[in-house]
Amino acid sequence: MEKKELICVGCPLGCVVNVELEEGVIKNISGYSCKRGVTYAQKEITNPARIVTSTIKVEGGEKPLVSVKTKQNVPKNSIFQCMDDIRNVVARAPITAGDVLIENVAETGVEVVATKDVGIDVGTST
Amino acid sequence: MESYDVVIIGGGPAGLAAAVSAKEHGIDRVLILERDRELGGILNQCIHNGFGLQIFKEELTGPEYAKRFINRVKELELEYKLNTMVININEDKKITAVNREDGLFEIQSKSIILAMGCRERSRGALNIPGYRPAGIFSAGTAQRLVNMENYMPGKEVVILGSGDIGLIMARRMTLEGAKVKVVAELLPYSGGLKRNIVQCLNDYDIPLKLSHTVVDIHGKDRVTGVTIAKVDEKGKPILGTEEYYSCDTLLLSVGLIPENELSKELGVEINPVTNGPRVNESLETTVEGVFACGNVLHVHDLVDYVTLEAQNAGKNAAEYIARVKNNISNKAEGAEISIIAKNGIRYTVPEKININRMEDSVTIRFRVGDIYKNSYVSVFLDGDRISRKKRLIMVPSEMEEVKLEKAKLAAQGQLKTITIEVEKE
Repeated sequence: MEKKELICVGCPLGCVVNVELEEGVIKNISGYSCKRGVTYAQKEITNPARIVTSTIKVEGGEKPLVSVKTKQNVPKNSIFQCMDDIRNVVARAPITAGDVLIENVAETGVEVVATKDVGIDVGTST
Repeated sequence: MESYDVVIIGGGPAGLAAAVSAKEHGIDRVLILERDRELGGILNQCIHNGFGLQIFKEELTGPEYAKRFINRVKELELEYKLNTMVININEDKKITAVNREDGLFEIQSKSIILAMGCRERSRGALNIPGYRPAGIFSAGTAQRLVNMENYMPGKEVVILGSGDIGLIMARRMTLEGAKVKVVAELLPYSGGLKRNIVQCLNDYDIPLKLSHTVVDIHGKDRVTGVTIAKVDEKGKPILGTEEYYSCDTLLLSVGLIPENELSKELGVEINPVTNGPRVNESLETTVEGVFACGNVLHVHDLVDYVTLEAQNAGKNAAEYIARVKNNISNKAEGAEISIIAKNGIRYTVPEKININRMEDSVTIRFRVGDIYKNSYVSVFLDGDRISRKKRLIMVPSEMEEVKLEKAKLAAQGQLKTITIEVEKE
């Protein structure tokens, strides 16, 4: 029997939720105060996933960076591979929020999209 | 001299929502003055997601949230000036500002909405001893450098303060290849959201040391390390608990201060607890026709609530202007009733209500001074309890609210004070 301890992020209470696993299958969940704790624990144990947000370098833009996000959640254990891909890309201005800058980040099948507009550099001093 | 009906000082989330709201409520001559090179304020550097759950029922990043309001400003063809620093507002609502195109200029407005936001507490406010080497940043400055200016402040990082910006930056610096060695928090609990503790620290195995603080900063030209010690219940470092951490960067996430230099010069009264203007139910300061909203009024934890508050301020400014134009007095009949914050409640915004001027209900926002579990928020009218709402948990880092209904206040007759307090079981 494997035991895992999670902190529920559903509200400021932050219940410590204990999960008992047998060969990767959840056998028992305890310590929660409401249903949100159960849902959270199930998701965190079976498929922990996060939205990754970062920035991508911009060429010819009015700003040096454009902020980006993964369009959907990516598996938690692929976050650093996502960051490697994100770091190796350079985007060309102009960019509009929603533009796809990486099509399949870290082989997750998830797109990385711009979250901000970046216009072309017109040589202003600001 | 140009003249406007409503001038909004600051083009962040509060200023944008206030401007849009004033326009939507029938005011044409609206101007936003913004000191940065773009609209959106601090949202532009908050590239993480989690914004907008209350208002849009979806999770947006900061820039995406800002864009929704910037688009609206453009659709409505609202006027705004960027790279423009307001340097004075006088009691006649004459604004003095400066930028590169217009030089030093004055604007006359009938009404003003203060939306300047807040700034970070700095090392100087903490009295941390040691040299003054390079490598000490406020967390928000580091956030701007990393997310907007393409500059990494350092490689080995210690963070003091576990407010949300500190937690977010712990993750951000880690993702960008830095090693975040520890987050130290003076208080016995974190000032950040549970979600950020889990997803910014635990996900990356970054230790959080509660009841700890930085007692020394080492290095002469550049930070070489910091000494962290445990503190007692009074916050005093305990001798013999010192630990040395080598690092090249110290980030400070130790609180935010509403930026009220302009407000003070204008002569609006400041509440010493919030460091923001004292306002009535209309979010009007003690200077008639001058309103305040967002982090300049009191520091918020969710931008959604800033937006709601600012929309309210914009609407109230519009109504004020309508009265001015129709030669109706802006002095409401009846007395202003004080709202008293008691027993665990640190402050309320607003802190005064005029029943004749209020709408059917007014949202009172407040913060508690400690962690309260299984407690009640009670409202008293001159000693009579009119409501008692159970809260499973209240923490200082999360803003709370109660709604006051006009009908109930009016039914009380010669009402003098409204008291809001925490009651235990």
